[in-house]
Amino acid sequence: MTKALIITVKDWWESQPVPPKISCIHLIVGKFTCVEPVSLQFAFNVQKQNTFLEGVELAIQETPLIAFCHHCQQEYRPEIGIQYDCPTCRSPMEDIRSGRELKIDRIEYCSDSAKTYAPNL
Amino acid sequence: MHQTFDAALGINLLHANQEGADHNRAHFDEWGIICLNVMSSPGAGKTALLERTLAVLTHEYKIAVIEGDMTTELDAERLRKYGVPVIAINTGRSCHLDSKMVAGGIHQLSYQYNPAEFDLVLVENVGNLVCPAEFEVGEHAKVALLSLTEGEDKPLKYPVMFQEADCLLITKMDLAPHLDVDVDRIVANVRQMNPHVAIVPVSAKTGEGLDAWFDWVRSWIARSAPAKQQLSVVH
Repeated sequence: MTKALIITVKDWWESQPVPPKISCIHLIVGKFTCVEPVSLQFAFNVQKQNTFLEGVELAIQETPLIAFCHHCQQEYRPEIGIQYDCPTCRSPMEDIRSGRELKIDRIEYCSDSAKTYAPNL
Repeated sequence: MHQTFDAALGINLLHANQEGADHNRAHFDEWGIICLNVMSSPGAGKTALLERTLAVLTHEYKIAVIEGDMTTELDAERLRKYGVPVIAINTGRSCHLDSKMVAGGIHQLSYQYNPAEFDLVLVENVGNLVCPAEFEVGEHAKVALLSLTEGEDKPLKYPVMFQEADCLLITKMDLAPHLDVDVDRIVANVRQMNPHVAIVPVSAKTGEGLDAWFDWVRSWIARSAPAKQQLSVVH
């Protein structure tokens, strides 16, 4: 997952007219995904060494799992690992309103262009 | 003095993988191939299922297999006995196949054969109930396996896999008399998060349920029939 993140950021970075010096990557990670923020943070800190991401911070904002029950016309929060259907009417969890996000929300960078780096990706 | 800027991206973290998956799918569509991504935990019976599937469906369709395994070619060798091209991809330390790895497999297939002759590509993913659920490889449908011995609670614990699946095969049904596992409970747990998934209890050992699984595969291959017809008109 970390590698996938780095490749996606690298694509963006290389598409810029002058590759900028990135300072922070802001992610939005839903609770109903296969990403554990602590592990991602750890792996990112290891894998960014000696790349264009050296010194870059990763800021991860988690979003809760929220589903909408069309039968009850209301949102509810499924309990991950325990119960996903609507606690009131037992309709299945079909309409997820929050929690599936795996998004690079924004990237902070400064006007200095990046230094040369060892492209060891 | 330098100035700080903010670029609002709003792109998926897996954007690069997704682009690769879309590219792979476009190739499959161009050749009139249906691709199924077969996923489960290690030991749930993916390879045994594919053996039984190849034994029957190779009489009806031209099939290729892309076989993901961390280190060995043991599974690939089992499947080569059925006379189909099996492209083995060793993922090394990676616990899932990604679209780039599968693109390599497709490239090999198209180099060695005329890909338009094929009807079905079965991708056997690395045994893992977590990461493969998030990494599309270019498939048209996802097939998840859950063996009876894994227990009723696995869909609750690994929900993304079971929520993403288009077909769930409950495998090793022959063991049911020997286990305290409630199949109805498994089904109910999966339906909580995926009410539309096709659920087929099967046993690769006794053959139970396999006809229903083959029919499900046939129904997917039928979807590519218009594209295939067009190809035969062109050539």
